[in-house]
Amino acid sequence: MKVKYFAWVRERVGKAEEFIEPPATVRTVEELIAWLSGRGEAYAYAFEKPKVIRTAIDHAHVKADAAIAGAREIAFFPPMTGG
Amino acid sequence: MTSATTTTCPVAIRIQEDDFDIAREIAVLTKSRTDIGAVVSFSGICRADEDSSKIAALTLEHYPGMAEEEIKRHVDEAMSRWPLNGVTVIHRVGRFEPGQNIVLVVTASQHRRAAFEAAEFLMDYLKTSAPFWKKEESATGTGWVEAHARDDEAAARWTKS
Repeated sequence: MKVKYFAWVRERVGKAEEFIEPPATVRTVEELIAWLSGRGEAYAYAFEKPKVIRTAIDHAHVKADAAIAGAREIAFFPPMTGG
Repeated sequence: MTSATTTTCPVAIRIQEDDFDIAREIAVLTKSRTDIGAVVSFSGICRADEDSSKIAALTLEHYPGMAEEEIKRHVDEAMSRWPLNGVTVIHRVGRFEPGQNIVLVVTASQHRRAAFEAAEFLMDYLKTSAPFWKKEESATGTGWVEAHARDDEAAARWTKS
C-alpha cells in the first residue's frame, strides 16, 4: 500500500511517500503506526506521540482502531491548521 | 422563462497558489440570478503576529485530492442543512506574507441567516478537518502551527445531537 506523510510527520520521517508491505498481523491504524515506529529512528521520532497523529484512509479521516485491509493509500499527518 | 424560480446551487471549490478577487467571486456567483437575497463572504488573511511572536511569513501545505474531497463533503452537508443558492470555497497554498489572502468562503442564499450560518459552518470545518497545515517563519526560526482546542470547540457546536 501507498503511505503518505504531511507537515512535520513528513519532515521527521524524511520522505513524502513510500510503498510498504506490512505483515498480515498488522490489521489496524494503531498497529500500523506501531509497526512503522519499529522501522528506525526517524519513524520512531515521527510517531513518538501516536495519539497526536491523524490518519486518513483513501482520503477519508479514520480513527486509530480502523481496519487497514483493502486500503490503497494511507496518510499520516498532524492535526490540521488550515483556514 | 424567468430566472426568479431558479433553485440551482453552483459549487466552486478551488485550491490554488494564485490570489483571489472577492468582488469577482461574488459577481460570478450572483450573475444573472434574481433568487439570491443574501451573500456572505469570509476571507482569512495572513496576520503579522501570533500570540506574542511576530510572523514574517506563513507557508501552507495541503494533501492534494483529499483537501478538495473533504471541502466538498462539508459543502454537501452545508447544502443539506441550509437552503443555499451558491457556494464558493478557495484555499490558497504556498508562502504568504502578512496582509495576503489565504482563504475565501462565499455563500449565497435567499435570506441572510442561512448564508451567515453556512459560511461559519464551512470555516469551522475547514480549520479542523480539511487537510492543510501552516508553518510559521519568525525571527526565532520556523515551526509548524499547532492546532487550537478552540477551533475544535467551534466545529463541535455544529454536531447534530
